[in-house]
Amino acid sequence: MSLDLSPRPGAAPIGSMLRHQAQMELRLLSRNGEQMLLTLIIPLVLIVLGARSDQIVDLGPGRPIDIITPGILALAVLSTSFTSLAIATGFERRYGVIKRLGASPLPRWGLMVGKVTAIVIVEIIQLSILVTVGLLLGWEPAGGVTAWLQMLCLIVLGTAAFGALGLLIAGTLRAEATLAVANLVYVLLLVGGGLIVPLDRYPDQARHLLELLPSGALGQGLRDTFAGAGPEPFSVVVLIIWAVCCGLGVSRLFKWE
Amino acid sequence: MRYGTTTAVDGLSLEVQPGTVTAILGPNGAGKTTTIETCEGFRTPQSGSVRVLGLDPVLDAKKLRPRVGVMLQSGGAWSGSRAHEMLRHMASLHAHPLDVDLLIERLGMQSYGRTPYRRLSGGQQQRLNLAMAIVGRPDLLFLDEPTAGLDPQARRATWELIDELRGHGVTTVLTTHFMDEAETLSDHVHIVDAGRLIASGTVAELAIAGAEETIRFTTRAGLDLHALMSALPHDTKVAEPAAGHYVVTGAVDPALVSAVTRWLADQDVLTETMHVQRQTLEDRFLDLTGHTLR
Repeated sequence: MSLDLSPRPGAAPIGSMLRHQAQMELRLLSRNGEQMLLTLIIPLVLIVLGARSDQIVDLGPGRPIDIITPGILALAVLSTSFTSLAIATGFERRYGVIKRLGASPLPRWGLMVGKVTAIVIVEIIQLSILVTVGLLLGWEPAGGVTAWLQMLCLIVLGTAAFGALGLLIAGTLRAEATLAVANLVYVLLLVGGGLIVPLDRYPDQARHLLELLPSGALGQGLRDTFAGAGPEPFSVVVLIIWAVCCGLGVSRLFKWE
Repeated sequence: MRYGTTTAVDGLSLEVQPGTVTAILGPNGAGKTTTIETCEGFRTPQSGSVRVLGLDPVLDAKKLRPRVGVMLQSGGAWSGSRAHEMLRHMASLHAHPLDVDLLIERLGMQSYGRTPYRRLSGGQQQRLNLAMAIVGRPDLLFLDEPTAGLDPQARRATWELIDELRGHGVTTVLTTHFMDEAETLSDHVHIVDAGRLIASGTVAELAIAGAEETIRFTTRAGLDLHALMSALPHDTKVAEPAAGHYVVTGAVDPALVSAVTRWLADQDVLTETMHVQRQTLEDRFLDLTGHTLR
């Protein structure tokens, strides 16, 4: 058989394009070693350490594993929807991938759908593993089915807020700057963003600030949820505002190349 | 087309015939990429209009994109994607893509199929980018410096492929700063410099337009040019651009050749080489832009 070079243009069906795009994104994410470190190894180490954390950090009253596990879930969301997404997108811009795909039949919104699908799949795997490990270490989530549903909503909102923030940074800064900012924000929020350490352990002024951050809102929201109380409406509103504002920023400011 | 206060392309107007190969030739920074990227819909011109296959590249992008194959000057693939994987992915976005295995074979890309893009050599990346541009079987190809960084064999192979695509009715617009590429490949050449179109036509037309024919000969340096000139017809000029290299410019006919050789014989000078030649595209380019090209 020889190569038939005659023109026969046409776009693939949209469903097929989206499926291939998401698969490609997922393969690239899973191939990246730093990615694995960020999405699984760091949270796993922290959850194991946290289970006996009386000696390391003061998490306040209650069993450490019950306090730390929801925070680790929030951290997992941060690492995937913010840090990985921002870094990957920043380098895609740098290497002209977004530009090249912009000249392909894949619509720009299809590019975003591919990314979101890949992130959601990574999060599902990540959260399943972390929840299982948490339960094995003795985590006793309160709140029953309602709590799991509330968790799902919070994670969707958290993913939207962090994802939009990540895209905003990746779409406006240079790739190297994005890499630096994304990692720095990850470390800062991990240590002092209200993700893992409950907000009431912080001094008053810091707590008021952290309540306004997506990390504080998601971390505290998940802790309240699995304490059986359900998230504070305020936490939910904070996440929605971040998602909407950063989303608008992305649609206005994102530079494709 | 302006970036800030710099006008990259100004008043550039050109047309491309279907089923032909058109070269946009110019020195670095002439506005070749800006021109081609405006056609690809990456940039919106501040004034003027662009129509590609009768469509507006920005407003009708959805209709246009499947019909157009694009090769960027550099990049365009995920740094961690493997060569064949990347090509298959581009193919998957099209309804009737080329047979990927045959294309890989045709372009000699078998040996680095699992190599990540960032570890491919410049030439391998170029070949992958070309493959990605044609895999969707487009009507129209925009190739931005398709052979930059290729070794001579790979350049030939690229030329043959573009020529074969033309045989199948594909229209190609390419940018280049290689004279021989424009001469060998293209039906039409547009020479741009400093954002302006300065000449257009077929290779033959461009070379002939305003051309003066020359006699070039080499012999010992330091001949008396005035004496030679006075032995030749009035409108003939003689120059020695490099020591021992002489150029006689004027209406070249047998009488002139004879007059030159007779004068040389009178001086007892033996020429080492002598060429009667028409102007080449390269000469023309130099006349027009004052730039030297490779």
